[in-house]
Amino acid sequence: MPILHTVNKSPFEKSTFKSCLDHARPGDAVLLIEDGVYAATKGTAAAGLIAARNGDLALYALGADLAARGISEKSVIEGISVVDYGGFVDLVAEHDVSQAWL
Amino acid sequence: MAAYQMNGTTVEHDEEGYILELNAWSEELAKVIAEDEKIEMTDEHWEVVNFLRDYYEEYQIAPAVRVLIKQIKKSMGKEKGNNKYLYALFPYGPAKQACKIAGLPKPTGCV
Amino acid sequence: MTTQEELPGASGTKRFLYVNRRAPYGTIYALESLEVVLIGAAFDQDVSLAFFDDGVYQIVKGQDTKGIGMKNFSPTYRALGDYEVTKLYVEKEALEERGLSPDDLMDITYEDEDDDWAEKPSIRIVSRSEMTEIMAAQDVILSF
Repeated sequence: MPILHTVNKSPFEKSTFKSCLDHARPGDAVLLIEDGVYAATKGTAAAGLIAARNGDLALYALGADLAARGISEKSVIEGISVVDYGGFVDLVAEHDVSQAWL
Repeated sequence: MAAYQMNGTTVEHDEEGYILELNAWSEELAKVIAEDEKIEMTDEHWEVVNFLRDYYEEYQIAPAVRVLIKQIKKSMGKEKGNNKYLYALFPYGPAKQACKIAGLPKPTGCV
Repeated sequence: MTTQEELPGASGTKRFLYVNRRAPYGTIYALESLEVVLIGAAFDQDVSLAFFDDGVYQIVKGQDTKGIGMKNFSPTYRALGDYEVTKLYVEKEALEERGLSPDDLMDITYEDEDDDWAEKPSIRIVSRSEMTEIMAAQDVILSF
């Protein structure tokens, strides 16, 4: 059963994002929120963590948190879907289990 | 919570008289606040109040008094950008009192 | 109250460095630091700001917080010049690690009163080793 993981910490300040990816199974969904959305930007030291999964996770980032931080959609890594709060709710509803990584 | 009364509507303010909801401001409300401060609004008062509102709009901050004086001096000249002129308009402090009338928070960096 | 001449290093004046290492909205540190800088600016000290680690995110341009219901305080960094805070050191390596370049930062300037109010950039991009030296040259460091 796929899990929905949410990550709200910057990948540069905490190891939360790396730990989440290390523990996520193929087919799981990872939604980046709050400072977690910094992991969604192209060309960062953390982008390699996403590339290493070779697309076996469904990745999402919350649009309002991207906009707040000045991250335009064109600087979001390809393959990460930008969702709004409605999309956040849908993801929670679609998954039997959610894990909020803090 | 104390509030200003205006045409049957109420606008809440803190214990010092600064309104809590910045969007609730109107020129009409400004006159009510000014009356509460014993100030009769003239064109010169409005000039300072509007300057503060523009400054807040651009920088999201109510300037400290020394910054306000310097900026008024720069944009309106030294006849207006000085302590004497501004304290004559707003006896309890041009930043604190004018910000209150302008519907802004208490100035940051006012000591 | 009169505006005093800025005399870095003169007796009684200390070099203050505010170190900003946190992203702007996930925690309160960035906003707290900015408020302390604005309040502290009244004391006519020689003030500098350092931005590294996630702190560089504080001054990225294009921030729009309407969707998260928080105040966008990024425009306030552009008022620092009015408070005579004119030295914002930004670490190049911290930008690069985050896929950012100096072009991604806001235009933060000050008007030089001693140079006919000429507008000058406040942001100075420095290397990590230069940042180390900047910290070593301070009297007081306040870290956020």
